[in-house]
Amino acid sequence: MDAMTFTMPELAPALPEILILAMACAILLLDVITKDSKLSYGLTLITLVGAAALTAFTASPETHYTFSGQFVDDAMGDVLKIMAYFATLAVVVYSRNYLAERGLLRGEYFVLALLALLGMMVMISANNFLVLYVGLELLSLSLYAMVAFQRDSAVATEAAMKYFILGALASGLLLYGMSLIYGLTGTLDLPAMAQVLHEGSKDDLILAFGLVFLVAGLGFKLGVAPFHMWVPDIYQGAPSAVTLFIATAPKLAAFAFTMRILVDGLQPAIGDWQGMLAVMAVLSLAIGNLAAIMQTDIKRMLAYSTISHMGFLLLGVLTGTFGGYTAGLFYVIAYVLMSLGTFGMVVYLSQHGFEAASLDDYKGLNQTRPWLAALMAMLMFSMAGIPPFIGFYAKLSVLQALVGTGWTWLAVVAVVFSLIGAFYYLRVIKLMYFDAPKADARPIQSTGDIQALLSANGLAVLILGILPQPLVALCLHAMQATLQ
Amino acid sequence: MMEGIGLLSLAIWVPIVAGVLILATGGDGNRDGQRTLALLGAGLGFLVTLPLWTGFDATTPAMQFEELAAWIPAFNIQYHLGVDGISMPFVILNSFTTLLVVLAGWEVIKERVGQYMAAFLIQSGLINGVFCALDGVLFYVFFEAMLIPLYLIIGMWGGPNRVYAAIKFFLYTLLGSLLMLVAMVYLFFQSGGSFEILDWHKVPLAMSAQILLFVAFFFAFAVKVPMWPVHTWLPDAHVEAPTGGSVVLAAITLKVGAYGFLRFTLPIVPDAAQELTWLIVTFSLIAVVYIGLVALVQSDMKKLIAYSSIAHMGFVTLGFFLFNPLGIEGGLIQMISHGFISAAMFLCVGVMYDRVHSRQISDYGGVVNTMPKFAAFFMLFAMANAGLPATSGFVGEFMVILGAVQVNFWWAFLAATTLIFGAAYTLWMYKRVIFGPVANDHVAELTDINSREFIVLAVLAVCVLAMGLYPAPLTEVMHASVNNLLAHVGQSKLLY
Repeated sequence: MDAMTFTMPELAPALPEILILAMACAILLLDVITKDSKLSYGLTLITLVGAAALTAFTASPETHYTFSGQFVDDAMGDVLKIMAYFATLAVVVYSRNYLAERGLLRGEYFVLALLALLGMMVMISANNFLVLYVGLELLSLSLYAMVAFQRDSAVATEAAMKYFILGALASGLLLYGMSLIYGLTGTLDLPAMAQVLHEGSKDDLILAFGLVFLVAGLGFKLGVAPFHMWVPDIYQGAPSAVTLFIATAPKLAAFAFTMRILVDGLQPAIGDWQGMLAVMAVLSLAIGNLAAIMQTDIKRMLAYSTISHMGFLLLGVLTGTFGGYTAGLFYVIAYVLMSLGTFGMVVYLSQHGFEAASLDDYKGLNQTRPWLAALMAMLMFSMAGIPPFIGFYAKLSVLQALVGTGWTWLAVVAVVFSLIGAFYYLRVIKLMYFDAPKADARPIQSTGDIQALLSANGLAVLILGILPQPLVALCLHAMQATLQ
Repeated sequence: MMEGIGLLSLAIWVPIVAGVLILATGGDGNRDGQRTLALLGAGLGFLVTLPLWTGFDATTPAMQFEELAAWIPAFNIQYHLGVDGISMPFVILNSFTTLLVVLAGWEVIKERVGQYMAAFLIQSGLINGVFCALDGVLFYVFFEAMLIPLYLIIGMWGGPNRVYAAIKFFLYTLLGSLLMLVAMVYLFFQSGGSFEILDWHKVPLAMSAQILLFVAFFFAFAVKVPMWPVHTWLPDAHVEAPTGGSVVLAAITLKVGAYGFLRFTLPIVPDAAQELTWLIVTFSLIAVVYIGLVALVQSDMKKLIAYSSIAHMGFVTLGFFLFNPLGIEGGLIQMISHGFISAAMFLCVGVMYDRVHSRQISDYGGVVNTMPKFAAFFMLFAMANAGLPATSGFVGEFMVILGAVQVNFWWAFLAATTLIFGAAYTLWMYKRVIFGPVANDHVAELTDINSREFIVLAVLAVCVLAMGLYPAPLTEVMHASVNNLLAHVGQSKLLY
């Protein structure tokens, strides 16, 4: 009978997740009853702020496990979660006008966003293959629905279909890889898996085989070459407000996902995955940066830029050192901050029912709206890795990790592709600053709170670039506490 | 030394803060206020650099006016500033040039005045940062960040082909600096976790590592100097840039590259530098001779001066790689002198361009008839550019040639051809533009320089003559630092 007694797991480490889930359900119900999207909007913001406060106040350097060790609450997870709340909050605020103009400002949007966030949080805190997978699917399914949200748009529907099919394929690969590793180690728990692998004398062929599928699945979810084909199509096809979401917060979860699987679970197999990541990183840098040059659509261009950034992120992880993981954490946070601002700007400028999708729509922005142009220019320089913006320190920390572990040639490859990448960022600045505005350009209307948040976002890229110490130290301490 | 904020910090941040303030005043509705604010900012920025000269101790090669604060302790990166006899003159030269640029653009720039002035002021602060930084990453941040204002200056206020020139300029210089970044990270690990430039001077390195580092630094600095064969961005950038941009480009940013050779290449990889001297000397002599000939056939005045700049900078790099005091000091003097002369030459072309809107030599002729005062100034600067004794242009070239004779007669011989080519291209251009019959109606309608232009050119004329007649104060300031550098470079730090 003993086995049947149910002991209540400790819920404290999972409180933020529980809060988000409860509020997502509450908003769904309230929205059905009141049909008041303003209320849902307000509640969503309050939920996000509340969750952030909860995570921040309960954060501690110690690692807590619950649900029989399947769920972990550690310092890295706390940092990533807080960043994810902030990113989701910014996404919701930036998208408000865009959605309202297109009649999409409905309660479902907020519910889906919160559920996607919940999926990310589960991924961040998962300590078990199945929990990871559940989190991933929750995130993915919410995102598929969000992409298809604009039902009457053929492009968006096509993008959703593509996203769904490729996403399902990736999930299949991932599951297959997981099952192989499970067969080899006999456990789904990541630390136990690491323990078994560490003891050695396992079938290396099956390990490598499973690893290939796992890494391929990871590659799909991160959007790195050669598994990147979906990224430009989805980014371009989805409504800009949804692209903004896809391009930001889920990257945090994807980073955590990579860390959990490769570092927590499969660290002993580092010799195998290091090479795979190196190939994927170099391919991503090459394809991302070269293909971005040819784009005329800004969302597509930024999609390729994302591919190259994710490649850069992998460079940090593949060093397999504390410095490399910290660099990866720092890189992903910096990237999300920059990406939020950039896509936020695209969403903000998509007014009067038009999409500010073509690069030509940015011509002469400095003459019509100098402050917005300045913000966008800062974001572009930061993406290109030019100091004194935060993107530079993100690149510097990755380069430092690479050179410190003897991967100097990879560092040289990375900077050469950064140079190529600088070209297309410079082109955006050229359009805004050197060209005259288009004759038929409509005046851009300001919305106070959105512009204020966008300004804060852009300035953060500059201020954290001039004084990066707080963020660097945060990442360092979080990683230290996590890897103890 | 001041308590709290040091002089060097002021030299960096006063212009930057002034630039941001100008931007905050908004658009073109407030042009006069923005101009005044820019003048105040540039003036104040120049004033705070003067105590660097008066308070400088020329007897020691040590860093002076040092400031040290933790900046990014997680990476062991520090906000470490300091100047020695090599860098101090450039801080003053830069702040001085900024003042001239603000005056030169006073009424010529009519659109987006605030952004124009702010870009120059911010640029000025960043360049001061490059010369003052003693931490590698801090240096790199300033070194790269200074590209941003210049990119915008060329692209926004430049000539017809400005976009091409701006992007080429940016990517070319970025190419060089990114490899340097990898080199710096490598040195960080070799020095046991330090980004201090002075620590890097002491790190022993194997020859292969030295050669690779040399190549990385060479790319960064040779592109900036610019040395043949990576010079092609400069004529494009110069031609398309507005006058102020050309002045800053020629007078200051080129110096950053040459300064890098002295601060990084020579002391950090002395053995590789000795080993590869032939390469640098070859490139330098090609710049002097071949680029001098290229300058001769230019039909565009700005392009001619741009090529002449490359030739003159060839002298600087030649001087540095002679490894004797005459060569290095001559190179430094040449850098400062070229700062004055090229600034003056570009301003002179700017004066004519503002009136006629052409840079083609063939559109001018007989300018002396309508602009006598201007012709007199232009004469002086043209002579200085050609290296006439008693002007600053002579001193540096003569010292480098003397230094070269000590090492290799043929190097000196080839270098000395510049006195012929320089005179040929400069004076021939001068003759075609200024003398002869009045060429066309545009020239006939020219008005002579106004008092603002007069002041700018007169100040530069005084500098050129003063440096030419009595360069001793400058060489005294440099002496201790240069000797210290040479002593350092003379010792092998090879790691076997």
